[in-house]
Amino acid sequence: MAQVKAYVRPMQGWWRRNPYFVRYMFREASSVFLAIYAFILLVGLARLAQGEAAYNAWLTALASPASVVFHWFALLTVGYHAYTWWQVAPKSAPDIRIGGRPLSQMVITAGGWLATLGASALIYVIVRWM
Amino acid sequence: MAEPRTIKIEVLRYNPERDLEPHFQTFEVPFTPDTSVLQGLQYIKDHLDGSLTFRWSCRMAICGSCGKMVNGKPVLSCHTFLRDYYPKVRIEPLDHFPILRDLAIDQTDFVNNKLPSVKPYLMPKDEKPVSEGPFLQTPAQLQQYYQYSQCINCLLCYAACPQYGLNAKFTGPAALALLHRYNADSRDQGWEERAELLDAEEGVWGCTLVGYCSEVCPKQVDPAHAINQNKVNSAMDYFGLLKFLMPRGGA
Amino acid sequence: MKRSNEPIFWLLFGAGGVLSALVAPILILITGIIGPIGPWMPASALAYARVHGFAQHWLGKLLLLAVISLFLFHAVHRIYHGLHDLGLHAGTGAKVAAYGSALAGTLIAACLLLVIGF
Repeated sequence: MAQVKAYVRPMQGWWRRNPYFVRYMFREASSVFLAIYAFILLVGLARLAQGEAAYNAWLTALASPASVVFHWFALLTVGYHAYTWWQVAPKSAPDIRIGGRPLSQMVITAGGWLATLGASALIYVIVRWM
Repeated sequence: MAEPRTIKIEVLRYNPERDLEPHFQTFEVPFTPDTSVLQGLQYIKDHLDGSLTFRWSCRMAICGSCGKMVNGKPVLSCHTFLRDYYPKVRIEPLDHFPILRDLAIDQTDFVNNKLPSVKPYLMPKDEKPVSEGPFLQTPAQLQQYYQYSQCINCLLCYAACPQYGLNAKFTGPAALALLHRYNADSRDQGWEERAELLDAEEGVWGCTLVGYCSEVCPKQVDPAHAINQNKVNSAMDYFGLLKFLMPRGGA
Repeated sequence: MKRSNEPIFWLLFGAGGVLSALVAPILILITGIIGPIGPWMPASALAYARVHGFAQHWLGKLLLLAVISLFLFHAVHRIYHGLHDLGLHAGTGAKVAAYGSALAGTLIAACLLLVIGF
């Protein structure tokens, strides 16, 4: 092919050009909230090691409006992570066949959502009543 | 008979001999409920501007030639209809490829680099003479790779893949799906030959499971599934486990 | 072609992804919302004695360590790759900072759990 001055389009702003990509970036960004939450738990663990007074101070801080607002955002974004995680989980599974027919990807996704509900119910019951 | 409705088709134009940058040009094109986007482009070329350049061939979604970005989404233009975009539609060349002219992209990276790199041919354990007849395969064995063999190389998945757009060294959805197609074929024992590419950053590890490739594929090949199930295989291979599960005897 | 070391990080990312998909929402709800301000959770649920007792038990330690460590490894993997998606060409330094911080968090959590004792 003769020399042609081909034009290369820039990638800048690529994810803003399609709602699918916006949702993808939101999914990825949920990890920031998960990281901050893990850090909050780590701080709580440190306070727990320092004794009752320090731990109670941590609990008080959790009850502050700023903390509750943060946790609401964290719940939404990490909830979105959980939702999308099970949505894409079948892509990592091998091609499973049951009795000659391929296993529907929706089965794995639904199973995942049910597992989350089940684990959540179990943890709630244990923390609340046991 | 009533005047046919017209739709505004906004097309990206680029003449490498004249333009520094691409620019849009709008045409008024008559259409009916069954006019495809491709037919709209052909109307422009036949009646309004003969210089408009674009690829097409079969007009029936099997050759893979006519991929375009329509309102920002990668589609086969013969399989997409103007009635769904009235009153205005924007047509651009497939994303993530250099533009040669107007709507024609440079496909050489895929054809010359990506395709050969996955060794897309059967590598049986032992060569079998023609006199011994064909390799036999059960319907169940065929089902293991059949969907991945349906790829028409239309490149919509590459236009959909931001990782390929950000780094053209990434092998990309169609080529990796084809790699899996051969690894999953019972007649093939070449997974070790393909492992070097599979296990590299350019292989499955360049994928972040955006998943848009599988959304846009007109043949339901599901390249995201091909790539990501091989992340498991690649991880097992990393720890030397795959050799136990899949000796050179194959899948 | 160079073999990628991604499998190590990807497996940690995957484990953290499954664990967080299963329990992160409910944990956030309990520790961050209904535990501190209710409703449907008494203040005594997160009381010091109860949580401290949990952290002293070997199973409690395991669960706490798994949650903190795997959540961190999952998050830093996504954040590191997300930088690439945003066009920020973060090199080896960013990789060390990302996974290093997850490792640091893991080690700190392990030490704290040992300090808390049995």
